[in-house]
Amino acid sequence: MSAPNSEYDPVEVSSLHPDEVARMVSDALSAFEAARDLDELKQARLAHTGDRAPLTLANREIGALPPQARKDAGRRVGAARREVGEALARRQAVLEAERDERVLVDEAVDVTLPWDRAPRGARHPLTTIQERVADVFVAMGWEVAEGPEVEAEWLNFDALNIGPDHPARTMQDTFFVAAEGADGADGADDSGLVLRTHTSPVQARTMLARTRQTADGSGEPGRGMPIYVICPGRTFRTDELDATHTPVFSQVEGLAVDEGLTMAHLKGTLDHFASSMFGAGITTRLRPSYFPFTEPSAEMDLQCFVCRGASVGDPERPCRTCGSEGWIEWGGCGMVNPRVLVACGVDPERYTGFAFGMGLERTLMFRHGIEDMHDMVEGDVRFATAFGMEV
Amino acid sequence: MRVPMSWLREFAAVPGSATGRDVADRLIAAGLEVETVDEAGADVSGPLVVGRVLEFVEETHKNGKTVRWCAVDVGAEHNEQRPSHTDDGSTTMSRGVVCGALNFEVGDLVVVSLPGTVLPGGFTITARKTYGHVSDGMICSARELGLGDDHTGILVLRPDEAAPGDDAAAVLHLRDDVLDIAVTPDRGYCLSVRGVAREAATAFGVDYADPAGSGVDEREDDDADGSGYPVRVDDADRCPVFVARTVTGVDPHAPSPRWLQRRVQLAGMRPISLAVDITNYVMLELGQPIHGYDRDALTGTIVVRRAEDGEKLTTLDGVVRTLDPDDLLITDDTGPIGLAGVMGGGTTELSGSTTAIVVEAAHFEATGAGRTARRHKLPSEASKRFERGVDPRAPWAASRRVVELLVEHGGGVADSGMTAVGAVPPATAVDIDTTLPSRVVGVEYTPDEVTRALTSVGATVEAGAGPTVTVTAPSWRPDLTDPYDLVEEVARLRGYGAIPSVLPMAPAGRGVTSGQRVRRRVERAVAAAGYVEAPSYPFVGEGDFDALGFAVDDPRRLAVRLANPLSEEQPLLRTTLLPGLLATLRRNVGRGNTDVALYESGLVFRRGPGTLPRPPRLPVDRRPTEDELAALEDAVPEQPRRLAVALSGAREPAGWWGPARQVSWADAVEAARAVASSAGVRLRVGNDEQAPWHPGRCAALYVGAEVVGHAGELHPRVVQALGLPPRTAAMELDLDRLVGADEDADAPVRAPAVSTFPVATQDVALLVDSSVPAADVEAALRAGAGELLESVRLFDVYTGAQVGEGRRSLAYALRFRAPDRTLTADETTAARDAAVAAAAERTGAELRGA
Repeated sequence: MSAPNSEYDPVEVSSLHPDEVARMVSDALSAFEAARDLDELKQARLAHTGDRAPLTLANREIGALPPQARKDAGRRVGAARREVGEALARRQAVLEAERDERVLVDEAVDVTLPWDRAPRGARHPLTTIQERVADVFVAMGWEVAEGPEVEAEWLNFDALNIGPDHPARTMQDTFFVAAEGADGADGADDSGLVLRTHTSPVQARTMLARTRQTADGSGEPGRGMPIYVICPGRTFRTDELDATHTPVFSQVEGLAVDEGLTMAHLKGTLDHFASSMFGAGITTRLRPSYFPFTEPSAEMDLQCFVCRGASVGDPERPCRTCGSEGWIEWGGCGMVNPRVLVACGVDPERYTGFAFGMGLERTLMFRHGIEDMHDMVEGDVRFATAFGMEV
Repeated sequence: MRVPMSWLREFAAVPGSATGRDVADRLIAAGLEVETVDEAGADVSGPLVVGRVLEFVEETHKNGKTVRWCAVDVGAEHNEQRPSHTDDGSTTMSRGVVCGALNFEVGDLVVVSLPGTVLPGGFTITARKTYGHVSDGMICSARELGLGDDHTGILVLRPDEAAPGDDAAAVLHLRDDVLDIAVTPDRGYCLSVRGVAREAATAFGVDYADPAGSGVDEREDDDADGSGYPVRVDDADRCPVFVARTVTGVDPHAPSPRWLQRRVQLAGMRPISLAVDITNYVMLELGQPIHGYDRDALTGTIVVRRAEDGEKLTTLDGVVRTLDPDDLLITDDTGPIGLAGVMGGGTTELSGSTTAIVVEAAHFEATGAGRTARRHKLPSEASKRFERGVDPRAPWAASRRVVELLVEHGGGVADSGMTAVGAVPPATAVDIDTTLPSRVVGVEYTPDEVTRALTSVGATVEAGAGPTVTVTAPSWRPDLTDPYDLVEEVARLRGYGAIPSVLPMAPAGRGVTSGQRVRRRVERAVAAAGYVEAPSYPFVGEGDFDALGFAVDDPRRLAVRLANPLSEEQPLLRTTLLPGLLATLRRNVGRGNTDVALYESGLVFRRGPGTLPRPPRLPVDRRPTEDELAALEDAVPEQPRRLAVALSGAREPAGWWGPARQVSWADAVEAARAVASSAGVRLRVGNDEQAPWHPGRCAALYVGAEVVGHAGELHPRVVQALGLPPRTAAMELDLDRLVGADEDADAPVRAPAVSTFPVATQDVALLVDSSVPAADVEAALRAGAGELLESVRLFDVYTGAQVGEGRRSLAYALRFRAPDRTLTADETTAARDAAVAAAAERTGAELRGA
């Protein structure tokens, strides 16, 4: 920078006068404040900060001032422009916030309008209860076993100690597959095949698979003992469909074969199962009964999970679920008959086993208050939809 | 088995304070399934009395009905001040009662319900005006008293039975508790009062008097000197014991005593005549079926033998039965006169004129009697008992009891001689380790308790070596053949309530299998896609296959047939899920669920055209060999698990957003894609023609080169034949093949390299012949584009004048990206050109606007 020019002839520039600058600032601030929206603010911005704005012009005139005056004027105009710029930014922020606010209000909708374009599906409770049961047992280390629905009579009956003359093997109970000409070998006039009447053949299949011998080196040998399996599935009996019967129904059975298993283990398993399905503390009760494939055998009652027995003998508090009995008949069980173990290759001197089974339609009926079997089998979408994806 | 408590108490000293309910509870705990306790006669209360008809006037009224206006002596306590004349000319007080029945005479004893009496059904008797008189009570029929079905007239008592004013409820033995027990097949002995009373006595720990005494009376056996009715048994295996006794001079008109009738009736049988009632009574009491023959109708020796092929017999129920060589018969010189252990024949039946009776009490082998009963669909009281096992020692006592009752109540004379053919089969002895019950049940039983329990059920227990004892079951317990049978006896006598609850520790399991996991995933995905699960019955018929338009040689017509279907229209097992699922769809539409999407996952049953092989009859006394099991397995039809969907109506409903979107073929194909993607399987779709689908809207579903199912819109003819909504769509595929398709399904997924370099997009419109499947064009683009291709998406299909007849334009968006750099424009263009070139080469596609 050169030395100050003392010869310089000062020219009076009115626009740089302090009062004038203050007026420009004041005009600008008023204009910004008066702007009601961002468009008006834009106009005000152009008018007060644009190329032709008084403060802009004043700024340009600073150079025309004598050196001694420049510094002062420059400071003054600079401060003024800063003040105007800050005021503009403040107003801009306020107006933008107002605009955003208004847009959100304008865009408001009725969120209660339905948007049910994608229909809801559902799984059938007979399927989901099977999964639920399986999960209870898988959590204890059990596995889930399955088998065919058309089954060899030997597996459905003989292997389970239900001999050829057993009353259960009649056309009144069992669907037989039609024979197709006599087998030359033994002159049989039946097919030797049935629609399985229970899921018990899966138990026999499991034991046979575990005791598989491969002396000739073919295939994989069986995994051996112990066995802890649960067998859910569809079963068939020649009942006509009515409010409480269906010819096609579902069962779940459990089988455990191990060293040292007793009826106490059976009871413990059933109690755990009952409380898992019906609530903590719900237990079971065993009553002596008879099944060919178990010995000793028992009927199993479930403690009523609704009244927990409080309705018994109290006419003031009748319980529809258990008929005020306090217990609900749930299934059959027992210790696996050693004859069954022998037929399936398990050494009855070393191992004992227990088995249990229950009908899933019946379980669903009392668990969910289903009053008519027709609802369970007819496939009306309103029925399954009520249960959703789990039971 | 229905057991009146009064009868049970004759043999078991059950405390007098114990109600029927109390006894039932003890019996249930001991393993008898007591279903109900009927309080018979408890619904009758108030002044029910015996009355004597003193005189009556018969009046016919305007409505044509004739009634009798009777004066009835109902005893001093109940008579009104209403003098009437008696037969002998004296005068006594009486009540006036109007009676509509005409089957009585002056002097007869009748049952009168006086005002205040409540009869079964809550029917309260009041004095009421009827037919011009005030009837001061009602003369009752048997039915009105709950004594069976007889309502042909009023109940007339025998002259020596009671006197006017007696409590009629006592005279008629109205009141009794009856235990109704569902007897399991192993407890045949409980099909008798004898057996149930024994259980009750054991349960209460009270004295028991066996009505059969000691069973066989050895002395009497010696008296079987051949002077009885001649009997020959040709099949001693099926009929080990045959006892016959004869009673002559029986008054055919002698009535059954009231108590005997009532017990037979309470036990569920109908009183018929003295002789028949007595045979039934003794059967109910001792469990031994009895048959009575009219001796004068018998000709020659009674012979027990097998039937000859084609022989016929008319049984008591009037049905002519053609016999099987396996049937055991009772015969005389005229031929068959009874199906042994099942039912007698008509020719030797006891009739209203029978005075000489041959009483048969025989033991028939259980399974043979059961076979005959099932073969002839004739489950009788006798066969029910023989099938479950009858005490072979009972025939002597039972036949003796019948004779005694016939003599006492029928005025008969017992023949001195009797016939006893055969011998009681020796009881089998079972060795049991006395520690076994504890080891099986999980409750500590001392050897002493084991012995006591077995003794209390009637067995004899002899000490053997070490902890082992030898147990001989009583003759009425043929079910006790194994040590485990004895374990149950020990356990139930202590009670199952004593068994503790112990959770067994299973070893670490393998969890659900990959197949089970995939199935869960698939079914959840299908349900999440809006389908509702609807399992259906597997029964179908030829008509279902016809309706689906299956060709005559369609392999899906080869179905497994049932021998005894519920419906003759549906004797087959499904080979496809569609018949059941479509029927369910139609049912839903019929109920107003018009926008419906269903799915089912289930087994179908497949077979080849040849004869089904018969599985071998394998042994049960050892594990079958692997070869035997393989033969068994080969004979079980293939049963793959399939999944099907069916849908109709709107897939998306109309709403404020716009109109509905109707179901189309594409929804069915999309369902298959959802299944495949949730199963982790790559599905390829190709055009196909397959019943029951619309030939132009049918997709074959491929995994690899294999067709695993079909999807699309149903054929209009199928829609019409099944009464389905138009444009119904369906999909069916084989889930098992999906599960097994990818052998690496269980191997861990390899993570992709996620590139962070920018994507380059190129759109191409390709002109192809309309016959070229879009899937082929896309496959060609993918193959040609090389590794830089990230994705291909068809975003437009255009047909019209601009592209010409028989052609269409397919517009694809191609996205390219490199893992390691930003692609240059040249690289992207080169990749696009390569893709288009491949499409041109494979499908004849031309780049539009090129």
